[in-house]
Amino acid sequence: MNPTPTSITDIAEVTKLPSAAKIAADVRSGARSAVDHLKQVRANIAAADEHVHAYLHLLDERADKQAQAVDQAVAAGEDPGPLAGVPVALKDNMCVRSEPTTCSSKILEGWRPPYDATVVQRLESAGAVLVGKTNLDEFAMGSSTENSAFGPTRNPLDLQCVPGGSSGGSAAAVSAGFAALSLGSDTGGSIRQPAALCGLVGVKPSYGAVSRYGLIAFASSLDQIGPFAHTVQDAALCFEAISGHDKADATSLPNQLESSVAAVTQGVEGKRIGVIEELSGEGIDADVLECFHASIKALEDAGAIVERVSIPAAIYGLGAYYVVAPAEASSNLARFDGVRYGNRVDGANVMEMNTNTRTAGFGPEVKRRIMLGTYALSAGYYDAYYGKAQRTRTLIAQEFDAAYERFDLLMSPTTPSTAFKFGAKTDPMALYMCDVCTIPSNLSGHPAISVPFGVGEDGLPVGVQFLAPMLQDARMFSAAAVLEDHNPNSPAMFDGDTK
Amino acid sequence: MSERITRDEVAKVAELARLSLNPQELEEFTSQLGAVLETAAQLERLDLDGVEPMSQPHPQNNVWREDEIRPSLDRNEVLSMAPSASEDRFQVPPALGESQ
Repeated sequence: MNPTPTSITDIAEVTKLPSAAKIAADVRSGARSAVDHLKQVRANIAAADEHVHAYLHLLDERADKQAQAVDQAVAAGEDPGPLAGVPVALKDNMCVRSEPTTCSSKILEGWRPPYDATVVQRLESAGAVLVGKTNLDEFAMGSSTENSAFGPTRNPLDLQCVPGGSSGGSAAAVSAGFAALSLGSDTGGSIRQPAALCGLVGVKPSYGAVSRYGLIAFASSLDQIGPFAHTVQDAALCFEAISGHDKADATSLPNQLESSVAAVTQGVEGKRIGVIEELSGEGIDADVLECFHASIKALEDAGAIVERVSIPAAIYGLGAYYVVAPAEASSNLARFDGVRYGNRVDGANVMEMNTNTRTAGFGPEVKRRIMLGTYALSAGYYDAYYGKAQRTRTLIAQEFDAAYERFDLLMSPTTPSTAFKFGAKTDPMALYMCDVCTIPSNLSGHPAISVPFGVGEDGLPVGVQFLAPMLQDARMFSAAAVLEDHNPNSPAMFDGDTK
Repeated sequence: MSERITRDEVAKVAELARLSLNPQELEEFTSQLGAVLETAAQLERLDLDGVEPMSQPHPQNNVWREDEIRPSLDRNEVLSMAPSASEDRFQVPPALGESQ
């Protein structure tokens, strides 16, 4: 055995996982039990998570109970659901009753939520087995998972590199074979960017498609929960299981979406796809662009009509995002005041206690964003920063909508580069640039997906992003599946066909 | 470096946000926040006259639901997670007086 592995594939004890679709089919037919699948991911975690650090906390008792209940249902002739026995990892900003939920922050260390997030209820009622809670940049603020108060997560494909972020632990968990699916949250690219860097499919659904009840809020007008998966079909299965209206989240929509699972096999014949000029040239590494251009060729070969389109406001997304997201974060994170939950550092009076608690409990990136947001919302600067940023959002959404009059889908690379080394981006602004391609769809609320296609010069995966019109999430699964079929590379810890 | 935000303004914002910064953090944050605000200031180049502000992607006004009686969170479970609680209430240090 290699004492210092360079990637997950060096660790011989780690076994490849079947797709979520295959696991559910085998569990439902009785061919292989949910308990046995759980055993396999636990063995992988035991063998390799010390090198990856994807998980912060494992849900031992709850997972055992659920796996046994699924197997009992099958034995009794009942159908436990479309995700029967599928081991799923959850980003640690989603509440699971009586289990640690930290947001990778010291301020919430030791807190145990008194309720389950809606996505947790929906996954379990679809038969999924929740394996554990995964690492993230503190309060989902970051693009490398280096901002976790509990230490970084490593990219399973190259342990010297970051997995991306903020949902880095959820991406690493699937990439390393520690879960067949996982959930992340995407506020500016926090699902798509780590999916690209870890060679996975990652989905940021339409704003309002998935309930956020029980997701600890970062920026409420941008946050969406979505899946990570090895295959496009698995991502579609998971998305369908968690989406739909929820009375507990007034921002979730009542609209019935077209089936994403059905869309997976529909192809792109005759579909018009626009390449966003502003996000597909300057500032993107040459090796990423090379894979991106090859992906265009693959789509054309499959019958799509691909043309360039200009979204001039897209490059202003970064500037608008770093006003809107911190502004909302500064109000959302005001609740961490040492009164109702989490840690408290005492003081002579309430205000001193609040200040001591927050100063000790938040890390530097969270403090930076809270201050940025407080400043942008303060009297005298509100119009100059927040007002302009809100108007820029409208402009970006209008330009997208105009493009969708001519195109069924838009596309760009997901990230400007492949996975980078730890400590390579210490300047906050350099790290913020990682999300330049993903941010515009958070600002507009449109859905987007990242799918792996090819590898860069370093041998690490490249992600291609598709964007679709509001609530037309299904469409992007069709295009992503075409690229998946033509991807020259296959996921490291995945066993089987992508279909 | 940047003139976008001064050290005094950063200190004031930290106080409003209930954060206490040491002199080194104050220095670092001033230059880092300045760099981010510089990027945000690029929005000045856009013609935003007559463009409506977007507060969230779907223009929802009020969302109504039936006023049904249903169980709330378990009070004891909630209070057991508080840093300090007494007599079914959250407990905090004095809000008035006794300061300094």
